[in-house]
Amino acid sequence: MPLTLTVNGTDHQTDLPENVPLLWVLRDDLGLTGTKFGCGIAACGACTVHVGGVAVRSCQLPVGDVWDEVTTIEGLGTPAALSAVQAAWVEHQVAQCGYCQSGQIMQAAALLAEIPDPSDAEIDEAMQGNLCRCGTYPRIRAAVKTASAKMKEV
Amino acid sequence: MSRIGKIARRSFLVGSVAIVGGVGFGLYKVRQPAANPLTPPEGAAAITPFVLIDAQGITLISPRAEMGQGVHTTWAALIAEELDVDMADVRVIHGPAAKAYYNSAVVGDALPGRDYDKSEFQHSVAEALGVLGKLISFQITGGSTSMKDGFTRMREAGAVARETLKLAAAEQLGVPVGQLRTAQGKVIAPDGTELPYTALAGAAAEITPPSAPALRDARDWRILGKSQPRVDMVAKSTGTAQFGIDVRLPDMRFAALRINPALGGTMQGYDDTAARAMPGVEKVVPLTNGVAVVACNTWLAQQAVDAIKVQWGASPNPPDTDAVFARIAAALDDAPNSTMRDDGDVATLPTGATLVEAAYRAPYLAHATMEPMNATAHFTGDALEVWCGNQTPVFQRNTCAKIAGLEPEAVTIHTTLMGGGFGRRGELDFASYATELAVAMPGVPVQLTWSRAEDMTHDFYRPGAVARFRGAVQNGKAVMVDGQIAAQSAVHQAMGRLAGLPAAGPDKVLVEGAFNQPYAIPNYRIRGHIAPLDIPVGFWRSVGNSFNGFFHDTFLDELAHAAGRDPLDFRLQMMRGEHAPSAGCLETVAQMSNWTGKTPEGVGRGVAFTYSFGTPVAQVVEVEQTEDGIRIARAWIACDMGIALDRSIVEAQMVGGMIYGLSAACFGEITFAEGRVEQQNFPDYDGLRIHNTPVTEVSVLETNAHMGGAGEPGTPPSMPALGNALFDLTGRRARSLPLMHDFDLLV
Repeated sequence: MPLTLTVNGTDHQTDLPENVPLLWVLRDDLGLTGTKFGCGIAACGACTVHVGGVAVRSCQLPVGDVWDEVTTIEGLGTPAALSAVQAAWVEHQVAQCGYCQSGQIMQAAALLAEIPDPSDAEIDEAMQGNLCRCGTYPRIRAAVKTASAKMKEV
Repeated sequence: MSRIGKIARRSFLVGSVAIVGGVGFGLYKVRQPAANPLTPPEGAAAITPFVLIDAQGITLISPRAEMGQGVHTTWAALIAEELDVDMADVRVIHGPAAKAYYNSAVVGDALPGRDYDKSEFQHSVAEALGVLGKLISFQITGGSTSMKDGFTRMREAGAVARETLKLAAAEQLGVPVGQLRTAQGKVIAPDGTELPYTALAGAAAEITPPSAPALRDARDWRILGKSQPRVDMVAKSTGTAQFGIDVRLPDMRFAALRINPALGGTMQGYDDTAARAMPGVEKVVPLTNGVAVVACNTWLAQQAVDAIKVQWGASPNPPDTDAVFARIAAALDDAPNSTMRDDGDVATLPTGATLVEAAYRAPYLAHATMEPMNATAHFTGDALEVWCGNQTPVFQRNTCAKIAGLEPEAVTIHTTLMGGGFGRRGELDFASYATELAVAMPGVPVQLTWSRAEDMTHDFYRPGAVARFRGAVQNGKAVMVDGQIAAQSAVHQAMGRLAGLPAAGPDKVLVEGAFNQPYAIPNYRIRGHIAPLDIPVGFWRSVGNSFNGFFHDTFLDELAHAAGRDPLDFRLQMMRGEHAPSAGCLETVAQMSNWTGKTPEGVGRGVAFTYSFGTPVAQVVEVEQTEDGIRIARAWIACDMGIALDRSIVEAQMVGGMIYGLSAACFGEITFAEGRVEQQNFPDYDGLRIHNTPVTEVSVLETNAHMGGAGEPGTPPSMPALGNALFDLTGRRARSLPLMHDFDLLV
């Protein structure tokens, strides 16, 4: 029987087995390729999405265990309508290769939803599961702070 | 023989590659312009291979591959500056594999010589040889060469296109071309009439482009020299940027592979009974040295390929790390492959001088790009299309054609964005394996993705290296440095693998970062020794500089301490008369960090310097003892690449290059057991994370006479700067990497 899941506000059905990680349903079945495969063992954070607003490593979550609505990078904002976090990423010109940035942005969005004005230590704590081999961390930190400030203005 | 005579004789040896026939033939061939590979439809104009204009808009072709270094943005800026278009109004694409897109700088850089002391004559020789890149279709992104390569050529491409459009407008308006001007993608007549370039495309296509007009003075630049918003930034912040792994084609299948974990071993047979019964599996395909599963989903393919029982042949390489390094160390006693620096006499210890000796070791390293290796291929019997992020499209095309039994013209390479390159994506294995799969499934597009473990255990590694240094100090100065470095030759191996060219001769890359450093030391010799091993090795961000920077600069730090001198002043004194831009970097980093040579209890500082890819870089790293271990707290970088075309991108490359080097210095290590790589995933091969990355300041100087690179020079000095800082903190000298084995680092 096909499984139904809600991604970015839209219901989708998948015929894939329930043990297939959410990541691979999003990428290979639903064509939502913004969420990235990096390590397959929740060690790099490239596959981070939100399930019920919580940051989750989608490479370790069997699709049958998804308990709530899923938000991916495509659902956070679009090129024409950037979310506050994405706008901060563009403002600080964070990305280099860009491959890890979907996960970084989803992790940062979850952090700011929980702690609107995070300290450096709180940023370290929340973001250290997200690996960036290009070394964009200084600009990531600056962008998180800018997004925090912008979100407070609203 | 005079120095110039030596250069002329060596001119035939380019990066250890013999170019048969030499310059005479080369000059004849290169005067013929390479064919324009763009075939625009009716009404569109491809004015030069780099500017495509049609009714919809203006497209700039940036055949240097974007792997994060910002090349698409700055390459496009070079064209846009002369073309008179705004960056916001152009589209930038990578373009096809084609001879017109050869890299003129990468071959010139392979010439013997220290580079920093190049005369104008040598620069012109390097440039003349650079065009040989066209002959052998070196369409390469690497060696930190893109800006040097494109700086003149791309501005000329923009200028030629602009003048062609003006000729078309002159004809249309009946106005002399000299009275026309251009701005914001339009030709403007004296009466104010504006003709958009897009409306002139059809007419421009009929006009023979004029030869390149004079280029504008830097003082008049509108775009260059100013930080531009990167053309890929919004896409990369919204998940809409398409990497190789994101290619989606109708009816595409997904595949996973396993290659013999014993490096170089064969695949002798397999039992796929269990795998074939697993969900989603469509086909099991034997590969060269491995096996793949094609399924409806990448993860299902990965599960199934892991369920195949394979009989693997043994590795021909030494079984473990100790045996590998014993072979490398033994090469130090063999005849040297090169003696690229040999000043004075190192055989006799100057009277009254103090002798200093040290031995160093650096491990094999993986590239570990965030995006695992992958490629997508579609074979239709008489044609092949391949999609992959790659640094070498012409080599990819030729190799895939051979595998598919096609002519190169029947193969189309689509180069996508790369989720990291660092040298790994110059290799051909990903496109080759995808082609093997596509040929086994004609008519079906197949995307092949490496698991992280496959990626890490089947890299073309940064070679492990050892060094032996003897030196002497007297009256506070270095009076002798005699260094020997031994490693596998990445150049010899890669040239055979990538270009099918015979590789022999002195390998400059093996000793770069040691032989070509701008220090006046009267007795100074650097010899390179090639270790005869067949472990797959390749180009890793900054290549030989990545170990030689550590060896050479750490040894200078040891000499400074033996001489009782401040390590920064010690370097500076030997550098000032040798290369002023290099000395300027050291002076600047001293000011930025408020260097006093003294640090409070619990804090250590180290300075280091490496000249690489035409760019001197000085770094100061500060470490502090915390309850959780030693933390890299702060860093300062000063670099001088001559003209910095985009400071924001340069700064990002300097910081990123340093973090890549610090990551390797702290934690990076590939080891072997039974001929297999032991590290499988990021927990075994981690990098710096946000919490242990230093707060960093960068200063970009512009005094250097010649343009240098940005992508790699930040990496080499980071490792010795950290080691020297740890020495300052703990009194223990770091002579072997990674540092996590000898120091309690914050993880």
